[in-house]
Amino acid sequence: MAVHSSAIEQAASHDRSRAMDAFKLGDRVFYWITRISAILVLVLLGGIIMSLIVGSWPAIMEFGSSFLTTQRWAPSAEPPVLGALSPLYGTILTSIIAMSIAIPVGIGIAVFLTELCPLWARGPIGMAIELLAGIPSIIYGMWGFFILGPILADTVQPFFIDLFDGVPVLGSIFGGPPSYLSLFNASLILAIMVLPFITAISRDVFTTVPPVLKEAAYGVGCTTWEVVRHVVLPYTRVGVIGGAMLALGRALGETMAVTFIIGNSFRISPSIFAPGTTISAAIASEFAESDGLHQSSLMLLGLLLFVLTFFVLAAARLMLLRLEKKAGK
Amino acid sequence: MNFFKAIAAAGLVAASASVFSVPVKAADVTGAGATFPFPVYSKWADAYKKETGHGVNYQSIGSGAGIKQILAKTVTFGATDAPLKADKLEKDGLAQWPMVMGAIVPVVNIEGVKPGELVLSGELLGDIYLGKVTKWDDPAIVKLNPSVKLPSASIAVVHRSDGAGTSFNFTNYLSKVNGEWKSKVGEGTAVEWPAGVGAKGNEGVSGNVGQTRNAIGYVEYAYAKQNKLTYTALINKAGKVVQPGVASFQAAAANADWASAPGYHVILTDQPGEASWPITAATFILMYREPSDKAASAEAIKFFKWAFEKGGVMAEELDYIPMPESVVKQIEKTWTSEIKS
Repeated sequence: MAVHSSAIEQAASHDRSRAMDAFKLGDRVFYWITRISAILVLVLLGGIIMSLIVGSWPAIMEFGSSFLTTQRWAPSAEPPVLGALSPLYGTILTSIIAMSIAIPVGIGIAVFLTELCPLWARGPIGMAIELLAGIPSIIYGMWGFFILGPILADTVQPFFIDLFDGVPVLGSIFGGPPSYLSLFNASLILAIMVLPFITAISRDVFTTVPPVLKEAAYGVGCTTWEVVRHVVLPYTRVGVIGGAMLALGRALGETMAVTFIIGNSFRISPSIFAPGTTISAAIASEFAESDGLHQSSLMLLGLLLFVLTFFVLAAARLMLLRLEKKAGK
Repeated sequence: MNFFKAIAAAGLVAASASVFSVPVKAADVTGAGATFPFPVYSKWADAYKKETGHGVNYQSIGSGAGIKQILAKTVTFGATDAPLKADKLEKDGLAQWPMVMGAIVPVVNIEGVKPGELVLSGELLGDIYLGKVTKWDDPAIVKLNPSVKLPSASIAVVHRSDGAGTSFNFTNYLSKVNGEWKSKVGEGTAVEWPAGVGAKGNEGVSGNVGQTRNAIGYVEYAYAKQNKLTYTALINKAGKVVQPGVASFQAAAANADWASAPGYHVILTDQPGEASWPITAATFILMYREPSDKAASAEAIKFFKWAFEKGGVMAEELDYIPMPESVVKQIEKTWTSEIKS
């Protein structure tokens, strides 16, 4: 009996150690698969940066820091003069205008959907917003080109031009003539394109606010506006800013739709109704038929966009950190 | 002398082919380059395959990329809208010839103005694109068009935003006929446009001009025709007003001095002749003189020969212009004298 039982015990302990070994192996494999995946991202990122630097090296050597301050873009001049000022200006300006339209509207829609909208309408409206995100950007481009552009040029732009006519600074910002293809039109398309990102993320984080917090606020007599302003928004600040940053990232890099509607002109004009260009539109337009210094300068533009996006995201992180500190978390 | 040499060479080639060649499986012919001739090349390839069973695969990746591909020897032939210079051809051991032609026409969108009604000169066209002539009722335009009712509206200038052979030929023409354009802007697939907005592709420019009142643009003739845009007449080098059309395009090609241009490096703009349309453009084929894959190379030449002989009607259906007979004869001589197979 004793022998028998010890055999069982032995067998059991043997099985157990085998099973433990199997677990350990599985754990190790899992650990390494995830670790390699994570490292792969870094390697890829490094590879992209390296190839951008190598590709743009001739342009860096030729133009140096003057690349950032030159407005001329003359690839076929002898020698070529290429500067990034105009596409940089266009990229930043269109993103700023787009975000300043899309953030309030997007958050507004999200607040409406979670706080004010009758229950039966939440589904359809939410779905419509998410569908907006699924439309390919080329469709936005064509829609902007054929439909939005003419509407803006015939009604919205003349209104602003008349409204600010003769006003010192605003008069030149909203200066004529109206155009189907302009920085302003591209900004508006961008705003519509990034709207679903801001809305969908804001709505999702708004629904994470514990009902008890809101109920307490309503209980002490707060209005809906006060609840949103002092309970919902502070509680979800980090998520909302994250959504806005995702949207900004898309606005900075959006290519096809912008190329269709911005007018692709390398001249900087004080008017937002004038044609302009962005970094990604310039690359998309000219890369296929470029060579030599011209191509290298386009690569350098790509590198600049990379750096720009990096700094924007880093700034967003810093802002979030400071907000968290302030909140005492 | 050259002619006899060519015949001798041809004879030798034929003799050696009949003596030494063993029947081999037809090599696959691949080509890559210019996007402008893509519709006609693919139509030819399709018909050729049906007729002979031999496939030709053409990828439209842009002229610049086409040159890169042939230099990297990844394709049997390259295609470009902007011809290479003779010294470059010599250096890389390439042969070059024009395959088919197109033409570029200015298009406008002015209420009440019909196709072919408005007359422009090259110099005026340059001034409009320089942003110097900004109104349609500018005295310079009115002087050429006394009977056309022109509005007192700003001219909306539209150009290509993407690097393009079309832009190259257009700016080459403006450089030839407008001194200020030549010194300020020059020629190229992508230039520093002094005025206007850029639209992507021929379809972008034709879409834009079609939509924008008082606009002017320039497109391939085929796009103007298919989109029913209002093209203009132009004043050519001989000082005559010409309408765009196959006859005036072929006149430009026939009057060009191909014989004294090594590698057929002729830009078909501002050519002499009373009937010549001033902005026509040939698109070119690039092949190695001493190809590493001789079978594929010979197969490609067969295809091009077939295209010259039987492809003319197909080209015209797609609004391209076949090369004139005289030029084709010269090109066929080039093949036998330059390309070893």
